[in-house]
Amino acid sequence: MTDPSTAASASSIEAHTHVLAAEHAGTETAGAPGKPDKPRSLASDAWDDLRRRPLFLIAGSLIALVLLMALFPFLFTQTDPGYADLARSRQGPSAQAWFGYDNQGYDIYARTIHGARASIVVGICATTLTVLIGGTLGLLAGYYGGWLDGLMSRVADVFFGLPFVLGAIIILSSFGSTGTTSVAQIMFLVVMSIAVLSWPVCMRIMRSAAITAKQQDYVKAARALGASSSRIILRHMLPNAVAPVLVYATIALGAFIGAEATLSFLGLGLRAPVVSWGVMIADSRDIIRVAPHTLLFPAAFLTATVLAFVMLGDAVREALDPKTR
Amino acid sequence: MSTVDETGAGPIPSAPLLEVDDLFVEFHTRDGVARVLNGVSYRVAAGETLAVLGESGSGKSVTAQTVMGILDTPPGVITGGAVRFHGEDLLTAPDRRRRAVRGSGIAMIFQDALSALNPVFTVGFQIEEQLRVRRGMSRKDARKRAVELLELVKIPNARGRVRQYPHEFSGGMRQRAMIAMSLALDPELLIADEPTTALDVTVQAQIMDLLKEIQVERHMGLILITHDLGVVAEVADRIAVMYAGRIVEQADARSVYRRPGHPYTAALLDSLPRLDQKGTELNTIKGLPPSLLRIPDGCPFHPRCARAQDVCRTEVPPQHRPEPGRLSACHFAEELIADA
Repeated sequence: MTDPSTAASASSIEAHTHVLAAEHAGTETAGAPGKPDKPRSLASDAWDDLRRRPLFLIAGSLIALVLLMALFPFLFTQTDPGYADLARSRQGPSAQAWFGYDNQGYDIYARTIHGARASIVVGICATTLTVLIGGTLGLLAGYYGGWLDGLMSRVADVFFGLPFVLGAIIILSSFGSTGTTSVAQIMFLVVMSIAVLSWPVCMRIMRSAAITAKQQDYVKAARALGASSSRIILRHMLPNAVAPVLVYATIALGAFIGAEATLSFLGLGLRAPVVSWGVMIADSRDIIRVAPHTLLFPAAFLTATVLAFVMLGDAVREALDPKTR
Repeated sequence: MSTVDETGAGPIPSAPLLEVDDLFVEFHTRDGVARVLNGVSYRVAAGETLAVLGESGSGKSVTAQTVMGILDTPPGVITGGAVRFHGEDLLTAPDRRRRAVRGSGIAMIFQDALSALNPVFTVGFQIEEQLRVRRGMSRKDARKRAVELLELVKIPNARGRVRQYPHEFSGGMRQRAMIAMSLALDPELLIADEPTTALDVTVQAQIMDLLKEIQVERHMGLILITHDLGVVAEVADRIAVMYAGRIVEQADARSVYRRPGHPYTAALLDSLPRLDQKGTELNTIKGLPPSLLRIPDGCPFHPRCARAQDVCRTEVPPQHRPEPGRLSACHFAEELIADA
């Protein structure tokens, strides 16, 4: 009776010491051929690689911070972003209000923190939608070619021909009748108008990448080994064609946050009571010369976020290419 | 088990594994219709090695791609003929059936293994993928089998190598991995499309030895597509020589080398460097292969043929048997063989 239990405890102690030893070893020889059966896949390798890139670490922590702001703004500020004190209008940064007050006497720090949510939601939703629509159509057009490709490409050309701001003005002013629309509706409209006007770019990138991948011998080899069309598209073409689209997506995410700001600035996108960086930049336009801090802080957050996503895109692209490791 | 047939063309089993029958393929290009294959026929039996010889553009690879069903259409159009695997015509078979044959019935090795292996997946993953999808193996079993396959093709440290990417392999190792991948589903017929062209000479010999060894061991049919006569001599049972989309001569390897039955084969053999001709210039075949957009009337080889007569310029020589076990498409095949 006692034998097995002692044996068990002994082995657990042994296991424990092994873990410690492994930890010590791990700090020095990470990724060395110590663990022969560790599965190696594109995703896990890319992740291993990413964790060691300073560019990714900086970009990642910035993005994590912004996401945290968007999810839990109360962690950063207790001030109500909707509370205006006209007496403090245009006051500069102080110990009480780090970023100062804007024209209406709103606390800019609180509003910048709370504005992250709308900006991030619009950016991420618009990017996801754009990549999904453009990526899928591009992949299909690239793989099947022929009349399908011709049709899709011409449709894309039609949308591509529309200037972004003009197209967005038309969409938002015809669907977003003022007054009756709720916050969710207006956000949805902004996301849709960005996605509808931007997917052709993504489709073109994906299409050309897919055509390149399709002509590779490994796609032929996969067909010669009896792979189905869906398997060829998803397993062999997509991973090889996805890198340029991912890079576009990260750059686009930043650009879409900027586009949201542009639309808000023009009075078409999000508007009060919604707080977003774009809305704040729009609000500051008349008083830039007398109170530049009202522009500076939201614009700085916007720029830093966009930069972080661009950096992330760069790091991800390099990590996804096995040859650059 | 195998007997020599009355034609002496080597051992023939009861039914051929693969039968390519009178295959016609055209490429519709901007400049016109290129007649790439003009009635190609050959058979391969289990355990037999057929070498398909010819210059670039003679239709060797297109035939193989048509057999595999990976011909790009467009621009390719199959205008006639049949590809029978175990007597079943693959060209008319439904897509699902064709896919089932690929990999497990017929597999193919490509010329450039680096581009034929997917750069974003490890070599092991690419072998395992087939086993998991087609054989329903678990990840663990598939990994075990992948290691076995890499060991079979003599890749040292196979256990560690399965986790590496194609670009981490050397040229010869990559081609070995490619062979392992094509063997994963135990095909009955292997098509090797210039498997050694991208490799240096010593590695070429190793790869050819390996292919031969595996073929004998598994009693597999092997179609070896090449333009390297040296490679062919050692491994081929039979040789089919292609020119301008036609098979101009087909016979067992020994008789092709000893007494070529077509002037093109003779010229090819004549252009080989030989140890006993030190210091002399190499013989070449004058001119260029014909444009497939405008194949000359009569025998397609007549503009380059030293023996061309008037009849060659007007009449397409029929494929016939100048002697038992040999097919030739030359008006003067009998004389040629007699002269040799």
